[in-house]
Amino acid sequence: MALDITTYAFVAMGCFFNFMATIGLHRFPDFYTRLHAGTKCSTFGSIFLVLAVMIHSLRAWVIGGITSPQSVLCMHAFIALIALLMTNPTGAHAIARAGHRSGIKPALAVIDDLEGEP
Amino acid sequence: MIWLLVAVFLAICITIALLRVLLGPTVPDRIVGLDTVNTIVVVSMVILGAAFEEVLLIDVGIVYALLSFVTTLFIAKYIEKGAF
Repeated sequence: MALDITTYAFVAMGCFFNFMATIGLHRFPDFYTRLHAGTKCSTFGSIFLVLAVMIHSLRAWVIGGITSPQSVLCMHAFIALIALLMTNPTGAHAIARAGHRSGIKPALAVIDDLEGEP
Repeated sequence: MIWLLVAVFLAICITIALLRVLLGPTVPDRIVGLDTVNTIVVVSMVILGAAFEEVLLIDVGIVYALLSFVTTLFIAKYIEKGAF
């Protein structure tokens, strides 16, 4: 029962943050703030959705024993979470650096302190 | 259970994020939208794997995450220098 409530809460949090990421892509004015919304919120929501899947399959693993198919599902979901956590911030950093070096200014910006730096 | 409903909701999120890819005024805006779409597709694969109790879909998600990471790095390098 408690595990059910935890699973539903994690699913709700994950769906909320992923939806906020897609809304933020449309509401923010320039490239850097869109990157902030789209990357951080979707990473945070993805953590909770994968954790919900892991809790759901971990319970079937404990009930069904080590030979149940849910054990493989739980471990592979964990590996997918690790891959997502390692690749997503790195890609966001690469996009932000490339955007700055290709000369995009933030909206309403007057002074760029990093201008001319490599 | 609820997993299929979550998958449909994530598909709606992907559609909204694809609008930014189509509308985006500059090239980095489109790449930000594409990065968000990639993340949500990986999560959808994990959710579908839990819905159908099929481990193969989660493996597809892992491979998609790594390949989309390489794609993002190459596009970022391209718009930074103008060439590979």
